[in-house]
Amino acid sequence: MAELNTGGDSGKKGGGKVRSKKSNPGVDLTAMVDLAFLLITFFILTTTLSKPQSMNLALPDEPKPNDPIPPETPAWRTLTIVLGSDDKLVWYSGRADGPPLDGPAVSTYGKAGIRDLILSKKKGVDDRNKAEGADLEKSGITIILKPSEKSNYKNFVDILDEMAITHVKKYATVDITPEDIKMLETNNIYN
Amino acid sequence: MAKLKLAKKSTKVDMTAMCDMAFLLLSFFIMTATAKVPEALPVDTPASTVQTKLPEENLGTLSIAQGKVFFGVTGREERSETLKKMGEKYGVTFTDEEQKKFSLIDGFGVDIRQMKQLIAMKNEQRMKAGTQPGIPLDSTNNQLADWIKISREVTKEMHNKDLDIAIKGDAKEEYPTVKKVLDILQKQNKNNFFLVTGLRNDDF
Repeated sequence: MAELNTGGDSGKKGGGKVRSKKSNPGVDLTAMVDLAFLLITFFILTTTLSKPQSMNLALPDEPKPNDPIPPETPAWRTLTIVLGSDDKLVWYSGRADGPPLDGPAVSTYGKAGIRDLILSKKKGVDDRNKAEGADLEKSGITIILKPSEKSNYKNFVDILDEMAITHVKKYATVDITPEDIKMLETNNIYN
Repeated sequence: MAKLKLAKKSTKVDMTAMCDMAFLLLSFFIMTATAKVPEALPVDTPASTVQTKLPEENLGTLSIAQGKVFFGVTGREERSETLKKMGEKYGVTFTDEEQKKFSLIDGFGVDIRQMKQLIAMKNEQRMKAGTQPGIPLDSTNNQLADWIKISREVTKEMHNKDLDIAIKGDAKEEYPTVKKVLDILQKQNKNNFFLVTGLRNDDF
């Protein structure tokens, strides 16, 4: 900025000017800014992380006594997952009382476990639907979840999460049957 | 000839604006941050990849851990109104003072008949593990169903909205307890609710 010299010795040029040392009016803000940003980072991180996440769960309506019986889903379109103990599960397609179409087999949760199976089953059903010219939206794979008494809440959330990851639209939580429990017992995951 | 003076450039940057902005943001974040309230029933939620945010108001939370179920609703007026109606149903009358104190409690887990003692307790004592045995929910004495039903009615009256229900279950909780709670909700035709979960990393 331009400064005006209004001292008395305006005639002289050059040296010899007596300038009073000006004290700098600005304060060094570096440390203050450092601290402020540190705190900002802290608050940003804690506010976004502490917000609890959630997932939606929709259950079917409680069936009323005089409701019409819903049309049965063909066995080849279903996949049943029975949740057992020790973070393990049993899956099969088709019905439990007759010989199942595929399975039963033991698997686990997550990427290394049931994920690939669900995806391949889903693809199989979609392919068959395409060949038969059925409506893909309406007649996609139906997954039946049967949490047993020995499974825990984490297993339940894990499998619901799996439904979200594999984009399975139709799934239902159903009460476990004695056949399913027997299946868990023979595979030794009902402890 | 005027002597040419080379203006010495200062190496310092003017930090005033930066500082202003930093503190503005800082105050914003401090004000929006909510302090974590201690819970009567510590719950370790399982993780999921789904990230739906929980609603902030009109929410009833059911905490499930160690075989116990705790219940709490958001909003002070809703709380005291729910307590009043619940007391009427079970033949317990609560004073205005008690209702006011109750409206400051986030979640509770006692029989309605022990509610007076719970309200009279000090905060630290109330939060101590094992003080509250959970709300009874067996078929002969299903108080939990009544709590949910009445709090839903209260919300309906006050805001003309259906109360959202969040289930906050412990990861280790056995499924039968969860199933009982789900059955209660389903019986009341409350078929859509939130499961509170933590955040999971991608390689699940």
